[in-house]
Amino acid sequence: MSTTTVAHHEEHHDHPVGIMRWLTTTNHKDIGTMYLTFALIMFLVGGVMILAIRAELFQPGLQLMNPEFYNQLIGVHALIMIFAALMPAATGFANWMIPLQIGAPDMALPRLNNWGFWLLPPSAILLTLPFTLALFGIGDGALATGWTFYPPLSVQGGIGVDFAIFAVHLLGISSVLGSINIIVTLFNMRAPGMTLMKMPMFAWGWLITAFLLIATIPVLAGAVTMLLTDRHFGTHFFDAAGGGDPIMFQHLFWFFGHPEVYILLLPVWGFIPQILETFSRKPMYGYKAQVYSLWAIGALAVVVWAHHFFTAGMPVPALLYFMYSTMAISLPLAVLFFCWIKTMWKGSMSFETPMLFAVGWIILFGIGGLTGLVLADVAADAQYHNSYFVVAHFHYTLFAGGIMGIMAGTYYWLPKMTGHMYNEKLGKLHFWLTAISFNLTFIPQFFLGLAGMPRRIPDYALQFTEFNMISSIAAFVLGFSQLLFVYNIVTCARGGKKATDQVWEGAKGLEWTLPSPPPYHSFTEQPTVK
Amino acid sequence: MQGFRRISLGILAMLASINVYADYSWNFPTPATPMALDTLHVHNKFMTITGIIFVVVLLIMIYSIFAHRKSKAYKPVFDKVPSTAVEIFWTLIPFVILLLIDFVIMGIPAYHSVVMMEDTRDKATMVIKITGSQWRWQYEYMDGDAKGIKFVSNLSTPKEQTEKGFQGVKDDHYLLEVDNHLVLPVGEKVRILMTSNDVLHNWWVPQFGSSRVAVPGFLRETWVQVDRAGTYRGQCKELCGKGHGYMPVVVDAVPMDQFKIWVADKKDELAKASAGSDKEWTKEDLVANGKNVYEKNCAVCHQITGAGLPPAFPPLTGSKIANGPIFGADGKYLKDSHLDRVLNGIRVMPAWKTMLNDTEIASVITYERNALGNSVGDVLQPAQVKAARQ
Repeated sequence: MSTTTVAHHEEHHDHPVGIMRWLTTTNHKDIGTMYLTFALIMFLVGGVMILAIRAELFQPGLQLMNPEFYNQLIGVHALIMIFAALMPAATGFANWMIPLQIGAPDMALPRLNNWGFWLLPPSAILLTLPFTLALFGIGDGALATGWTFYPPLSVQGGIGVDFAIFAVHLLGISSVLGSINIIVTLFNMRAPGMTLMKMPMFAWGWLITAFLLIATIPVLAGAVTMLLTDRHFGTHFFDAAGGGDPIMFQHLFWFFGHPEVYILLLPVWGFIPQILETFSRKPMYGYKAQVYSLWAIGALAVVVWAHHFFTAGMPVPALLYFMYSTMAISLPLAVLFFCWIKTMWKGSMSFETPMLFAVGWIILFGIGGLTGLVLADVAADAQYHNSYFVVAHFHYTLFAGGIMGIMAGTYYWLPKMTGHMYNEKLGKLHFWLTAISFNLTFIPQFFLGLAGMPRRIPDYALQFTEFNMISSIAAFVLGFSQLLFVYNIVTCARGGKKATDQVWEGAKGLEWTLPSPPPYHSFTEQPTVK
Repeated sequence: MQGFRRISLGILAMLASINVYADYSWNFPTPATPMALDTLHVHNKFMTITGIIFVVVLLIMIYSIFAHRKSKAYKPVFDKVPSTAVEIFWTLIPFVILLLIDFVIMGIPAYHSVVMMEDTRDKATMVIKITGSQWRWQYEYMDGDAKGIKFVSNLSTPKEQTEKGFQGVKDDHYLLEVDNHLVLPVGEKVRILMTSNDVLHNWWVPQFGSSRVAVPGFLRETWVQVDRAGTYRGQCKELCGKGHGYMPVVVDAVPMDQFKIWVADKKDELAKASAGSDKEWTKEDLVANGKNVYEKNCAVCHQITGAGLPPAFPPLTGSKIANGPIFGADGKYLKDSHLDRVLNGIRVMPAWKTMLNDTEIASVITYERNALGNSVGDVLQPAQVKAARQ
């Protein structure tokens, strides 16, 4: 995306060109661009996988694939979307925008930054390689346990599990490195006068995300390593026959897994208020309240993990504790919703694509949040758990709440990054197609779940047919709509109407004081904030 | 769009609570147990509350979207931080409402539901044990007249219907039919002990409102009390491998007198089957019987033809184990022999001694050695299996 940026400034600097430039770069914008491009590519890869699944589920019976392959697709789809699409996209924005927003010349640890990115492609290869190996008769394909690796199924599984474990190790190292970099940058490189409580909200969201990552990724790494030794070195961490417990894995996994949800969402909760204030042409409401709410959610995130497996069996006091603590998350989240809507209220709103996505995001993420509140109820959860109701719920939080948020951010910052305006008409078309087909894909899945369709089944009973058909057709519309997104980004990177420095009429903040695209080393003179 | 969904869900929720719809697919299926009824009420109540919150907030947003536009030349009004006591009071009101909803309106009924769901012992009149395994359920009655009844419940949808490219008409209960139904008396509280032989499973009947993970090496508990006679269907809902979509649960709830008749019949049937292990069988009978057993239990992995699905599931045709000797010179079965493998299993292969009786094991081994492209020629008698178990 920043090809043009660089071509313009290349002669002033002494760096390698071609592939070596990207391999050795320590520039935060180059690395940010690589993260974002990687995320976009993997988003399409994960999308193709899920379209294959939706095609299979179009009608009862097996049409396209056998159950083994189906199980591989669902798990790898999730891992790719979470670790290789959403997280790198958020990290890409952090790389690009945090130095610009806080008035720094670059990230604090540029070489670490480069390494953090270049760990990603190998791990993506590790995740998907078993598919290819299986074609040549080596092993029996990729991870077939779902993305959660639950033993004993994962102990039973083939080489795909080992590949996925090592992929998770690499992804985890990459995330921790990125987090260290962001924390160091935010604590040390803010422009004079920018106190912590004057930081842009996006920086706040990422700061808390970074702390969550450092706290929880090691637990996941430990859990999958224990799984690895159970598989190959005769340990019994998760095997009752040797004194272990399969459910202990679920505790360890979700101690990471629940904060992970907020890791994916906090950066988005950071920049959505910025988009809202830009297009409402008034400062965001309740900055302090939002910051405190982000902290509260970050803290609650690490103490509610067991609501992901209420049906696994727990003592009543534990069930009650995890139920009530989960419900408590709705309080800070409600404060955030209140602030977001209050920011729009009595503003002077205009609805360019980023604003459309941001407003649609509030509504759809709201559905995800409210259904999450209902899921916290232990007794009702016995019904929702592992049914399509849950599938619909977490796609409202992670597709609408995560990916549509990332799309809002992309349209918001793309002119700043490339120096060109994207095609507004296509952007709006992309929003409406995405929002409508997304709802048509996942609303039927709420009803499927209520009617009793379990998730992760390759074939289903006849009474589930109609809803699955609607969901599949809509999923294809949703999938193909994303090609508009890709087209818009690519054409915008290549040329188009010049963007002004401020880009958006209501945009405030240091990143909008620089030219579009910003110079290679951002601020040549350190700005000061009053 | 989303508003409509919430509104329609809200309306349906209200209809459901007065029981207008008997069988609708917009909400939970008609409850058959007190637990499921409770769950439905809780669900409807929460959906209505969250639906109202959603619609109210959405309407406020929509109003703002249409009223506070630049295109209508609306001038932004900058916010003030609430400072006077009255302003702070108004800001805190939504917070208090939410606290009330979370921990009183939703929290208190949720508390009672949890306590009810977890009380598996009070007033329970019978106990059954459910064992999950790849990919079938095994039921065992633990007490009372039915004590000792034990059987395996396999998917009975014809295999060709589930295969790739099947074009014909599927059964009404496609994927939701089994050979042996679990039979429970109506109105009795049944305590269920749950465990697994291999990986995690989850025994779930939507109309019962209870679901519990079966964990290998541990006992988990739940309970059901089916208040209406009928046949209820559900599925495993914990991913358990390639057969996860193919291990349904079917429960017949019958009045107590019918249950007693069923118990007597079932006991007779089991007694006859175990008597079969004492008589001498001909090779033809064993092979014929073995074919049934094989296709029901073994063909999922080793395939109907015996070709297997390598590398996870090895072929039986030409296999060393299926063509090798069973007994050693001392008359005891050899380690890693055909009989050892079937009785005790290894890795993914289940230990069949807990699931099949002597006759079934003898038949299926004889079948595997004399069909599927193998021709060892020998015969394994049920009596030999019986002896091997000791």
